[in-house]
Amino acid sequence: MLDIQKITKIFNINTVNENVALNGLSLTLNDGDFVTVIGGNGSGKSTMLNVIAGVYTAEDGKIIIDGTDVTGLPEHKRAPFIGRVFQDPMMGTAASMEIEENLALAMRRGQRRGLGWGITQTERKKYFGLLKELGLGLEERLTSKVGLLSGGQRQAITLLMATMKKPKLLLLDEHTAALDPKTAAKVLELTEEIVSRDKLTTLMVTHNMKDAIAHGNRLIMLYKGRIVIDVEGEAKSKLTVEKLLKMFSDVSGSDEADDKLLLS
Amino acid sequence: MTLNPLDLIAQMPGALAQGLIWGIMAIGVYITYKILNIADLTVDGSLCTGGAVCVVMIMNGYGVTLSLVAAFAAGLITGLATGIFHVFFGISAILAGILTQLALWSVNLVIMGRANQSINVNNYDLLVSLRYLQEVMKGARPFYWSPIFVVGIFVLIIVAVLYWFFGTELGSSVRATGANANMARAQGINTDSNKILGLMLSNGMVALSGALLTQYQGFADINMGRGAIVIGLAAVIIGEILFFKFFKNFALRMLSVVLGAVIYFVVIQTVLWLNFDSNYLKLFSALVVAIFLAVPYWKKKFTPFSPKRKGDADCA
Repeated sequence: MLDIQKITKIFNINTVNENVALNGLSLTLNDGDFVTVIGGNGSGKSTMLNVIAGVYTAEDGKIIIDGTDVTGLPEHKRAPFIGRVFQDPMMGTAASMEIEENLALAMRRGQRRGLGWGITQTERKKYFGLLKELGLGLEERLTSKVGLLSGGQRQAITLLMATMKKPKLLLLDEHTAALDPKTAAKVLELTEEIVSRDKLTTLMVTHNMKDAIAHGNRLIMLYKGRIVIDVEGEAKSKLTVEKLLKMFSDVSGSDEADDKLLLS
Repeated sequence: MTLNPLDLIAQMPGALAQGLIWGIMAIGVYITYKILNIADLTVDGSLCTGGAVCVVMIMNGYGVTLSLVAAFAAGLITGLATGIFHVFFGISAILAGILTQLALWSVNLVIMGRANQSINVNNYDLLVSLRYLQEVMKGARPFYWSPIFVVGIFVLIIVAVLYWFFGTELGSSVRATGANANMARAQGINTDSNKILGLMLSNGMVALSGALLTQYQGFADINMGRGAIVIGLAAVIIGEILFFKFFKNFALRMLSVVLGAVIYFVVIQTVLWLNFDSNYLKLFSALVVAIFLAVPYWKKKFTPFSPKRKGDADCA
């Protein structure tokens, strides 16, 4: 479903601040893979997601989604393939627009937007049902401005927007990091529900090692712009935080693992 | 020196007509400033472009309708220029607008051939004119000749069309571009082309307003757009502060902005009636706009934290 071939991303290239964020990173996801991504600050997790989504263009390498080479495509042309939820709850929704308007925008992801109505009556019924499934009571507030909602509610809506038109690939960039623990758990639960129901191929970046172990069928760890740990299936289900830390210090050859991973 | 209230009342129809004409311009400013979240200074040039195109077309014997359409089209092009500067040249929106505005100075001179051109209502059939207003007031013409009536119809049609447009898929995507460009791109919206589209639409409105203004006053002048952005912003802000609380509907909000322009001109007329030196008008306008722009900022800065603020101001 997703094939990343030797991607290199360098920020501030040819300056003193040059920073190799991704260093020839390769990754292949199978259909329906739910991959959790961990790594310390600056390991390249977010950059990887942003390069896949087209926010940044890579200096080198290729990105293929479902057989289409998207390497040269701008962000909005990759959107038909990709659903995204961001770390910042403000980023995934338009605050000054109504809930149903936000959903209607997402419903047309990847379609030509013409002079037909931006939102139809049949859609409204559908959104009512979809919001009801979230169990947050938002179905009664279809015409409320999204800016009036809490961070958790906005994240839930962003998640819905990213998935209601089934994407080839779902990118979750620490999407629970800015929420309080209870809300974070709720959003994560919702994520799990949607991903397994729709069998979405998913990349979920998280800074929480427990979450990374508890969710998905595969776990990768990034270090200095490369994948240093890649655990799948049976082996993954037996992982513990201690084992993971041990694996990391073996790979990176240092004990900085503990501070870097736990503190980040 | 005595102030005669009757003089002021006699001035009001003129203020109303001018306010409505500038209201169309203010709708243009509303599109960029509020919907696209861009302060577009092109308008100081494109207002005159609309007037210049209109005046030259009418002088050359073209009909009023065609002249207005041409003025609108010219406005679209000025917006396109700013859009290209902004999107393809990567120039900040404000600077892009300033560049176009400067360039339009020359363009407008070329269109008119000199710094001003007049069309006397005695020699040409105009759609709106100060003369018609005076004649309607005297009862020499039926009410539907009044610029207030004619421009009022214009405003209603424009608001209806824009209301429809911003409700379409394309229009919604333009609104999303201004509200959250990140989110828009993530939903597959081409924010670059939408910004250009919004700038074009906005300046089309401004040029149309310039064309109507030219007919109303009977001439186009190279300086007619100077400070237009401030008047447009004043109208938007007055409309926002006075009416947005009650009007959540998009069409009503556009009408609020037009009302904002009317109020602006009523205030200006009143200030002039008070024998205020008209040389200070622009200083006065700039200060008023600055203060009104500051109000929301001060409110935020000096209000102690309260849970009520949770929804945040960005949902207005």
